Amino acid sequence: MGRYTARRLLQAVPVFLGTTFLIYALVFALPGDPVRALAGDKPVSPSALAALHARYHLDDPLVVQYGKYLAGLVRGDLGETFTGQRVSDLLADRWTVTAQLAVTAWVFELVLGVTLGVIAGLRRGKAVDTAVLAGTTLVIAVPVFVVGYTAQLLVGLEWGLLPTAGTEEGWPTSYLLPGMVLGSFGLAYVARLTRTTLVENLRSDYVRTAAAKGLGRTRTVVVHTLRNSLIPVVTYLGVDFGALMAGAVVTEGIFNLPGVGQQVFQSIQLKEGPVVVGATTALVLVFLLVNLAVDLLYGVLDPRIRHD
Amino acid sequence: MTEPTTLDPPAAPLPEAAADGGVPPVRRRGGDAWYELRRRPLFWCSAAVLLLAGVMAAVPSLFARLGPNEQCDLLRAKQGPAGGHPFGWDVQGCDYWSQVVHGARPSLLVGTAVTLFALAVSVVLGSLAGYFGGAVDAVLSRVTDVFFGLPFVLGATVVLTAFPGHGIWAVTLVLVALGWTTMTRIMRSQVIAVRESDHVLAARALGAGHLRVMTRHILPNAFAPVFVVAMLNVGNVIAGEATLDYLGVGLQYPTVSWGLQLNMAQDFYADHPHLLVFPALFLSVTVLSFLLLGDAVRDALDPRLR
Repeated sequence: MGRYTARRLLQAVPVFLGTTFLIYALVFALPGDPVRALAGDKPVSPSALAALHARYHLDDPLVVQYGKYLAGLVRGDLGETFTGQRVSDLLADRWTVTAQLAVTAWVFELVLGVTLGVIAGLRRGKAVDTAVLAGTTLVIAVPVFVVGYTAQLLVGLEWGLLPTAGTEEGWPTSYLLPGMVLGSFGLAYVARLTRTTLVENLRSDYVRTAAAKGLGRTRTVVVHTLRNSLIPVVTYLGVDFGALMAGAVVTEGIFNLPGVGQQVFQSIQLKEGPVVVGATTALVLVFLLVNLAVDLLYGVLDPRIRHD
Repeated sequence: MTEPTTLDPPAAPLPEAAADGGVPPVRRRGGDAWYELRRRPLFWCSAAVLLLAGVMAAVPSLFARLGPNEQCDLLRAKQGPAGGHPFGWDVQGCDYWSQVVHGARPSLLVGTAVTLFALAVSVVLGSLAGYFGGAVDAVLSRVTDVFFGLPFVLGATVVLTAFPGHGIWAVTLVLVALGWTTMTRIMRSQVIAVRESDHVLAARALGAGHLRVMTRHILPNAFAPVFVVAMLNVGNVIAGEATLDYLGVGLQYPTVSWGLQLNMAQDFYADHPHLLVFPALFLSVTVLSFLLLGDAVRDALDPRLR
């Protein structure tokens, strides 16, 4: 187990470097001089331009710039924006918003998705099952921003049930509707995945053995079947947490939530490389760590899987 | 971080679709799958919808009286459905029915082109990584991980902002760059599963070269799962492209696309819901049809679900 963890962590290092370098290189390739963009129409004196270029290492070759950035990152320094703000300060508040949103969506996926999947799987072929299948198919096919606008219009504006924009009412009230929208796709997916694996496992030999031993239906389903059926679900939920954080940009835009996604989106337009790279780096880290945790969880969930 | 949409993803790698033994009429796999497919009403429904969408994309003049952005009248802007204009007018006062019909082409073009290119990339890279293993596999797998870790929306936004004035092919390229990883992983694991099977060992013992073994003996037996994911992926790509359009970083005016129409609708949908409803409906039905079609093909190829 320890060796496996170490190997996985070692594998994550080149991936982390590769992904951040890729992002860094792409941001570097954004056309135009960010210092000139900052000044707008006003002329910039050559000396000021040179000083700012030196301060932000803009004249160094790409690899050197990236190296300096990495060196700062190791010291916990995400760099500063072209207006002199610390990137870490800028992103701090934003992270809470995005994390709250992603966690809300994730809980929806986990609780509702698994519940719906289990209900449908246990009543395979019945009306409930058909309803779950049809409903989830629809949710998967409709793009998330359409779901977002429809939910905002109906639940928020027409029925007035939940707040439609901003974070004024705090967590969880303000995050319920956006969280549901953000998690709708994953919820449908989790429900279907749970149903499929549950149906498959209910037919397996060890379930028949458990039933033959005289175990009750609840114990057979919950302890014997569900635990094994959840392995692909856990995999998906793990991968999806990173995707929720990164994909929140659309939902944040619709519901006017000041999250990381909105910040990065604006920063891309303003060519604020440090913010884009900083936020994306953190996203990639979350993604890699959650995936590692998921892989380690396998062994806990399924006793047949042993690392080493 | 983009997972392809599969309606019912296989929990484990798909088993060989060869005859389990005992099923009397032995058909070839392709024929077997076709026999299964023909009996599914959902397959015919989605195929019919997609055929219609395909004709709409290829010859929009069959459906739309007007060309894209033609005869627009700002006085009519945002008006709802009326006689002769079943979908009303858009923000620019163009006939919305014609505009929505013309929106089919970019979506279908991007969806199929991205999937074909990504499929080609993943078949080549997945085969190489799975077949040779060792260092080749290690390098290719890490490269796959790097691209897999890139967040889709943010990654695409960075690239597309770096190249303003991009057209449909730049959008296609970006979607391929961010979308080939999952299929490559599936291809790789399938090739690994087939690599050591008896017929491959026999072919190698008879002196067949790497290329021949890969293309003649491994590929035909490892292709089915990745093909299914590719079919499901078309709908996913179309939705992704619409998301980029909607965010304003994808296709640009004067191109007419469903995503752009939804982008324009976002400020007015509360008072003029028809602006949102019609392109969303066309987009969703197209995506849904690709998903259902892929699902039907998957079920037909996977004997476990019968």
